[in-house]
Amino acid sequence: MTVRVQQAAFDLGAEVQDFATRQTQAGAVVNFTGIVRDTAAGDLDRMEIEHYPGMTESALAAIDAEAIKRWELKDSLIIHRFGILRPNEMIMMVATAAPHRVDAFEAAQYLMDYLKSRAPFWKKEFTKDGAEWVEAKLADEDALQKW
Amino acid sequence: MIDVLYFAWVRERIGLPKEQVETTAATVADLVAELKLREERYAAAFEDISALRVAVDQELCDFDTPLAGAREVAFFPPMTGG
Repeated sequence: MTVRVQQAAFDLGAEVQDFATRQTQAGAVVNFTGIVRDTAAGDLDRMEIEHYPGMTESALAAIDAEAIKRWELKDSLIIHRFGILRPNEMIMMVATAAPHRVDAFEAAQYLMDYLKSRAPFWKKEFTKDGAEWVEAKLADEDALQKW
Repeated sequence: MIDVLYFAWVRERIGLPKEQVETTAATVADLVAELKLREERYAAAFEDISALRVAVDQELCDFDTPLAGAREVAFFPPMTGG
């Protein structure tokens, strides 16, 4: 059960490899990775991610603890970056390890749904035309209802 | 004294990330009402509180949350993690 909030890039391959190979009680590992999506016009210069130091870590740990209560998880890893990111850079990843795949898949989806709307991060997109804060989607809030 | 923090467009609209506020407000809503009276930039930031979220001592809460014993209040728009 690890939560990391960092400015630096992470090595997705190495993180998932390390995570999977240190498991002794799990038969299933699921990974989700979020990357910076370019605008439809293809003119995204950068994304700036702001967060609330202190609350970010505690909110992610609380979401993680809830997932552990609900599913048979043997391990989990959440990495989320902040600062300046360019198109296609990795923003965040979650990995879950469980004895069987259903728990690993569902817990990963739960972690994603909650950290989208309940972890204190805010994204701002910069294009040549200016900058705009990314607005939270109603669908993301609705996604929490199914849990 | 209470630390008041602002994030994202709330920070931009008010023009600072953090300040210490001398207040006797009983609830978050009372604190918002006090801040709105200060200056136009506060009134603008807090014009529609349904567009805002609040955390007291780093826990998400409602605007009717009491402030007794609180050290830190943060205002921000809905979060966009992931």
